[in-house]
Amino acid sequence: MSTVEIIKRCEELYEDTYFTAAREWKAADPSRRVIGYMPVYVPREIMHAGGMMSLGILGGGDKLEVIHGDAYYQSYICRIPRSTIELGKTGRLDFVDGMLFPSICDVIRNLSGMWKLMFPDNYVRYFDVPQNYKDDIGGNYYIAELQELREGLEKLSGNKITDEAIRNSIKVYNLNRKLIRELYDLRAEMPQNVPSNDVYLLNRAGMVIPVEDHNSMLRKYMDAAKALDNPIRDNCRIIINGSFCEQPPLNLIRSIELAGCYIVDDDYMLVNRWLLGEVPTSGDPLVNLANAFLHESADSAAKYCDHHEDVGMYLLSTVKERQAEGVIFAAPSFCDPALLERPMLTDRMREHDIPHISFKYAENSGQMQPIREQAGTFADSIKLWS
Amino acid sequence: MSTKIETPTDSHGSSEIQEPQKDSSMLMQKEMINSNYDALTNTANNGKKVCSTFVPGNLNELIQSFGLLNNLPETNAIQNAMRQQSGGMIQTAERQGHSEDVCTYVKADIGMMSKGNIAPNGKPMPNPDLLLLSYTGCFTFMKWFELLRQEYKCETVMLQVPYQGDGEITQNMRDFVVKQLKEEVIPALERVSGNAFDIDKLRENMRRSAQAEDDLVWVLESAKNKPTPIDAYFGAIYYLGPIFTAFRGTQQAVDYYRVLRQEIEQRVKNGQGPITPGGEMTKERYRLVMEGPPNWTNFREFWKMFYEEGAVVVASTYTKVGGVYDQGFRHDADNPLESLADYCLGCYTNRNLPKRVDMLEKYVKDYEADGLLINSIKSCNSFSAGQLMMMQEIEKRTGAPGAFVETDLVDPRYFSAANVKNRLESYFQMIEQRRQGNMIASAR
Ligand code: SF4
Ligand code: SF4
Repeated sequence: MSTVEIIKRCEELYEDTYFTAAREWKAADPSRRVIGYMPVYVPREIMHAGGMMSLGILGGGDKLEVIHGDAYYQSYICRIPRSTIELGKTGRLDFVDGMLFPSICDVIRNLSGMWKLMFPDNYVRYFDVPQNYKDDIGGNYYIAELQELREGLEKLSGNKITDEAIRNSIKVYNLNRKLIRELYDLRAEMPQNVPSNDVYLLNRAGMVIPVEDHNSMLRKYMDAAKALDNPIRDNCRIIINGSFCEQPPLNLIRSIELAGCYIVDDDYMLVNRWLLGEVPTSGDPLVNLANAFLHESADSAAKYCDHHEDVGMYLLSTVKERQAEGVIFAAPSFCDPALLERPMLTDRMREHDIPHISFKYAENSGQMQPIREQAGTFADSIKLWS
Repeated sequence: MSTKIETPTDSHGSSEIQEPQKDSSMLMQKEMINSNYDALTNTANNGKKVCSTFVPGNLNELIQSFGLLNNLPETNAIQNAMRQQSGGMIQTAERQGHSEDVCTYVKADIGMMSKGNIAPNGKPMPNPDLLLLSYTGCFTFMKWFELLRQEYKCETVMLQVPYQGDGEITQNMRDFVVKQLKEEVIPALERVSGNAFDIDKLRENMRRSAQAEDDLVWVLESAKNKPTPIDAYFGAIYYLGPIFTAFRGTQQAVDYYRVLRQEIEQRVKNGQGPITPGGEMTKERYRLVMEGPPNWTNFREFWKMFYEEGAVVVASTYTKVGGVYDQGFRHDADNPLESLADYCLGCYTNRNLPKRVDMLEKYVKDYEADGLLINSIKSCNSFSAGQLMMMQEIEKRTGAPGAFVETDLVDPRYFSAANVKNRLESYFQMIEQRRQGNMIASAR
């Protein structure tokens, strides 16, 4: 299968706001359950171990017409909660048995309660995570939260979620994370063969199809991409930061590349890359997931940084590792976590003479011209001064 | 007895409204607030250490047990807003690269630093010795203190208070908070203050807290009377000053709330309405429940739009962000750390949305309110995200009409007096029409 064919399939999945693939998966067996989740991170292994499919909900994108959702939010609140409500209110999520709302910001947090009121028959859980990274403090708290999640899902599905099943699911997701890491490495290595459009769509596909299918899709794509021989352009290498929750329209990502930037890392859909290493597959699986979360996970504005010296260091190390020449801070309008953190990150970049620009977007932004111009000027200035 | 409406220092702040006369409680409160600022700006002489912390879920009893002074950045932001200083400070922060989209408390605070960190008494504020980030009910706090830490480079300790996602406090949440208190917060307070933790001191403080809380609840619930002797939003913000800030757990707070209660008891006995900046309200026309924080830059103008129409707030949720006492919680000296955990976990914005709606419904019913009014704050997702749904739910459950106004906390650019006034006027008309409709219906 060619990369074009694979990406075509991803695009269909991306555009399908009725989630047909997940519906079909569920319909194949009446005992199956689907659990929706929002950004940034949930331990999908636990759902998987219970025979459930986890479905990443990343808002409605730029194609979904939001009618009901707007009645729930003031103009100064970001777009993702309103388009998510739209998905719910229009029956697009009527096959979803439960929803997880990770602890990332007050908007998603409050949305969890709204969901409880709107869909009283759903299993709705606010998924809290520790901001204290010590094993016996935050770790113990988190393990107990994972256990509560496990029990809630057992009740919902009627299936016992055994340690053994979680260990097996960890294996499957370890592979998924490994493949995604490879994909990111491959893009950084040969961005001419692996455009960000493709990387993004492949990541998105992972939100809505079974992980096993995603794994084989990733493998096939990479095999095909490696064989390509596209000419390398004189683009500059940049990293996108701040887009971890509400997603930009695909056109925005394409526009950045068209403007002369190769995106060599990003924070879209961090759930695919949140845990950075292999999670051990022996021993207590909840302890292993907790350890990975506490000690080997990605950074984002949804996290508290214990020491000032560490603020922005993750981004800085990514810049170095990916040999990036600049950073584009692209955050959704009204996104408190991203926008509050941004000045600290830009300070860190300034300290290390890393060129950067900032802008805001909304998932339904239509006008790409200003962004293309801004990114284009940025790319030119990097080329000129490097 | 006479009254001056002076300087509230509430859940998130304080104000200055001039009136010709003063109640004893008002005088006491003013003195207390001033004394705290004087102590804060005199650390060079009094040798005291300063702990900066937030209002919701603050650990005042614990902080005081170590002899530290308590400085609350939200309160400073409000003080500055009342003095028409915050607008400039916010713009200074925006020029430094802070987004126009984020909470204006943060920017007012950062702008205040850039302008020399002058306290409301005109003297420079000392740098904090400890940033105690006890973040309850709002994620912004977390990034706010990361930003302050960058500036002050002082010791910082975080107390994470889990959110009541399912509307209840679980043992896991409580254990987590207690463990952090024992292993993170208390050791940091010991290090900074140089004093060992003394549980008996903490217990004493907590005992005094509970006493003051009893009287405060009595005062807030006096609004069930008709007419209500207090305004439970604009007026109550003044009453909450001591207990939400540096005085919970002190004898001063106990005395203040005793005196306040006596004053209100007297008002109830006399059948008097609340005191407003326009004098005593003699005709109560509309009884409202209020959701959301107030606007501080135009506090007085905002309040006037209510009392001029005979509208009074009989219950509000904002007055519960620094502790929900009217639903039974009291600081418990017999279980000090667990009780501090429950206090933090129970603050209003740490309750899930269904619980917040239940609370509003109860207020509308128990206080026999004519409706629910929401002041939606641009800055504050913690409050604002979901308020439109809350309004719909309350209308559905109680039949009382809801209305929505939009302002900001401390950013004057988002207060449009004409707009707010229009909305309020139509709302009061709507209540009137509803009443007439009800009268006609019951006459039939
Ligand atoms: S886009 Fe930002 S503010 Fe909006 S829900 Fe996501 S994290 Fe929260
Ligand atoms: S977002 Fe709201 S609760 Fe949080 S600091 Fe700002 S005003 Fe306070």
